[in-house]
Amino acid sequence: MVVGVLAIQGDFEKHLSSLSRCSQPPETLEVRTEAELARIDRLIIPGGESTTVGLLLERYGLGPAIQQRAEGGMPIWGTCMGMIMLAAEVEGSSQYRLGLMDVTVRRNAFGAQVHSFEDTFAFDGQEVTGVFIRAPIVTSMGPGVSELARYSDQIVAVRQGNRVGTSFHPELTDDVRLHEWFLKI
Amino acid sequence: MSTLIDSAIPTTHQKTWREKVGLAEMLKGGVIMDVVNPDQAKIAEDAGAVAVMALERVPADIRRDGGVSRMSDPEMIIGIQACVSIPVMAKCRIGHFAEAQILEALEVDFIDESEVLTPADVTNHVDKHGFTVPFVCGARNLGEALRRCGEGAAMIRTKGEAGTGDVVEAVRHMRQIMGDIRRVRSAREDELFVLAKEMQAPLEMIKIVHATGKMPVPNFSAGGVATPADAALLMQLGAETVFVGSGIFKSGDPAKRAKAMVEAVLFYKDAKKLVEISKNLGEAMVGINCATLPQEEQLAVRGW
Repeated sequence: MVVGVLAIQGDFEKHLSSLSRCSQPPETLEVRTEAELARIDRLIIPGGESTTVGLLLERYGLGPAIQQRAEGGMPIWGTCMGMIMLAAEVEGSSQYRLGLMDVTVRRNAFGAQVHSFEDTFAFDGQEVTGVFIRAPIVTSMGPGVSELARYSDQIVAVRQGNRVGTSFHPELTDDVRLHEWFLKI
Repeated sequence: MSTLIDSAIPTTHQKTWREKVGLAEMLKGGVIMDVVNPDQAKIAEDAGAVAVMALERVPADIRRDGGVSRMSDPEMIIGIQACVSIPVMAKCRIGHFAEAQILEALEVDFIDESEVLTPADVTNHVDKHGFTVPFVCGARNLGEALRRCGEGAAMIRTKGEAGTGDVVEAVRHMRQIMGDIRRVRSAREDELFVLAKEMQAPLEMIKIVHATGKMPVPNFSAGGVATPADAALLMQLGAETVFVGSGIFKSGDPAKRAKAMVEAVLFYKDAKKLVEISKNLGEAMVGINCATLPQEEQLAVRGW
């Protein structure tokens, strides 16, 4: 199994590092082109700036290629910016997104960087530490979407089939449980 | 669109070092652009900038005007914060912790304690650990970079020579930093003490570089970047993101050049793509050859 990490911009190296620390590390690939996308079995979209990555996905045609692979059943996990990219709607914005999950997200929901933080909460029954950096939340979701975690009464992790979005950054911690979980879905 | 208020967040939440450096991680592989008004900020965001640096005058104009250069008017920073969704950075003078406090109260996303402004303290930099907002600082070598990390900087950038459009100093500083890192990496453990002394860097920071082969925080580049090729050069030398100051809005066609700089950072290793990216960008900013710059006009020597 080859796990790709979208490497247009953002903290993709942190995801590659987390994957290398899994109990059975998968083969990994940085994905910037359609040829690289064609070689992978799973995709992680990392943290970063959603306007930047959206523009470049649109400009270089990788966006439609990712949508096509997703329709073919490839599992995708987006963290923070990645979750924004997967969303159908972004509140107050018409920015480019892949629209692969039936959710509406609110960007920078906790405010500017001085309001970034970390805390622990329950994810699918297990306690995890979430690093929230200018983080988005899910403000509404369709019937096919299930909630995986809430923090401060806000939805911060969702799943629709084999597509997953998290507001926070497991790749910035030493804990690889979420990466191992994603490799199995 | 509203943000959640702090009182809604459980009191168990913590401000951490990881979350500060984390924002720098999110900015990797991008371009951070200097902007002086909301229109420029919008052009930068639309071109794909990962963040903007809000300031009253770009370095080329600070150079031209001379005099004392200070933190920007808060009203001007607020105007820029209101019109973009990407992070907004702003500069304080070296050692001017009161300017930094004001910028923190303004909720800028990153503070650049910058040699581009006139230093306020000839001995001390800001104690950055005491702030909730992360800081970026300039450096010419690893020792200077690690002193700033010791004071709490969450991101380092080369100083280069801002406002010149001449990339030579940024290249010098990036090569120096990467060379210093290789030297620390390959040293024996019992040689780290004297390396810390020589580089005037905190020993614990030297130990991190020795163990990881990397700076403790992201390593970006700034100072004189004017063309897509300049950006590609610095990325190939080890920069993880590029700041472009005067290079965009002092050029003939800022929107086009801004877009080209973003693409050049993405395709920095692909010369064929860089051919297309570099075509028909109009005039680059008029440069100043750093070799002709009198010492009193050099900004990079500010900082200690």
